[in-house]
Amino acid sequence: MKKKTTAALAAILTCTALSGMPIAQEKDDTIKGIEAYREALKDGNPAELFEMEGEELWKKPTGPKNASLEQCDLGLGAGKVEGAFAQLPRYFADTDKVQDVESRLLTCMSTLQGIDVKPYIDARFNTPMKNQLVALATYISGASKDMPVKVSTAHAKERQMYELGKRMFYYQAGPHDFSCATCHGEEGRRIRLQDLPNITTKQGAAAGWTSWPAYRVSAGQMWSMQWRINDCFRQQRFPEPVYASDLTIALSMFMAETSNGAAVATPGIKR
Amino acid sequence: MNFQKTTMAALVALAALAGVFGANAQTKSSWGPGADDAAFAEMLRTGFKNAGTVTVERLKQDETQAFCSDPETSTAKDSAKRAEAIEAANLATVKWPSDGKFLGDWKAGEALAQSGRGLTWTDGANQANGGNCYNCHQIDAKEISYGTIGPSLHQYGKLRGNTEEVQRATWAKIFNSKAANACSNMPRAGHMAILSEKGIKDIMALLLDPESPVNK
Repeated sequence: MKKKTTAALAAILTCTALSGMPIAQEKDDTIKGIEAYREALKDGNPAELFEMEGEELWKKPTGPKNASLEQCDLGLGAGKVEGAFAQLPRYFADTDKVQDVESRLLTCMSTLQGIDVKPYIDARFNTPMKNQLVALATYISGASKDMPVKVSTAHAKERQMYELGKRMFYYQAGPHDFSCATCHGEEGRRIRLQDLPNITTKQGAAAGWTSWPAYRVSAGQMWSMQWRINDCFRQQRFPEPVYASDLTIALSMFMAETSNGAAVATPGIKR
Repeated sequence: MNFQKTTMAALVALAALAGVFGANAQTKSSWGPGADDAAFAEMLRTGFKNAGTVTVERLKQDETQAFCSDPETSTAKDSAKRAEAIEAANLATVKWPSDGKFLGDWKAGEALAQSGRGLTWTDGANQANGGNCYNCHQIDAKEISYGTIGPSLHQYGKLRGNTEEVQRATWAKIFNSKAANACSNMPRAGHMAILSEKGIKDIMALLLDPESPVNK
């Protein structure tokens, strides 16, 4: 299926290039080809395998305390997974911090299972430790599928995270002067053929926020939002963000709050 | 810690800049409750680490970056003078070709325009930097995988001519894009040493050489 669609896309693109059509026409056909390709990708999302793996990890007793994560409080009470992701990030009184799904998982691994989470924070992406967290986040996000994003900024620390995230979104630095806004601050832009959501709008923020964790076909990998943010900063030529740091949660809060009301579509699938 | 010091210095400089905009500049800041300079600097300090050849020193902003990081202020009417001053300062950084020749080899320019490599934490120290041009611009019409953050450069020279005036303006734009537009989305390829003088000449040729496919 994928091969056939790629061939069809290539054919569309080649025809367009050879025919010397006016540029506007060429652009329309290119975008149509890409859209057809993306539609086809949605048939049989391998992300389901990661959801199943995440559910197993959630229920399996492990760590020094030989406990499962089933009593983890994701914000809706201990053990309640359904709908929790749609309301993250949020303030947690026990840690006195605003947490996203991945930082909250680290807390539960530490408190319930007695695991030293530092190696999980320091591990590179696409290693067994990080892949466990991605699978868990995929399972938890899937349990909010089709529910509206409902993130609150009522608590002062939630509001602060949103405001810090907004400020970070516009922060330019590095040899290329890039900020998040360079690519995600205008409507209808692309890098190469990749559409860029305008994260300053509800629709654009939702296109990003509600579709991660997602399976990336080109990489053959399941990526969480933490991983997505990490790779954005890499391409921005910034130093590397610390996994589950306030910085990453602030940006998540900015995206989540901006997309409030949009339906959760995770796990997503990307080219 | 050195980094914290430099970030704080940058933020202090930003605050000082804000004073230039007028008495109500403080209240016009876009940043809401909790996102004050101290909290923001602390978030940067705890949020980033060194990786590969990239260090947290990169978070330190120059004056241009600091100005353009607050869109509400940088696009405000009473910031026009400040923007002009930033453009003038960037123009002053432009180094003109040492031998007076603006155009190099368009084929080498095309290869640079295609490459988006260099300066990330996964690039080795010896990775040659690309120009990243096709990521944002249409250039040679044969390349259909082009971005749209910047305008189309197809037929760049054919439309503008290859006069010395056009050559100088194009050189300045590539060397330091902020010379003409303080908060342009385009990197400052020469000023930030992303491209060498030869690299800029080659991209110049891609855009302006009558033999380049861009102008066919």
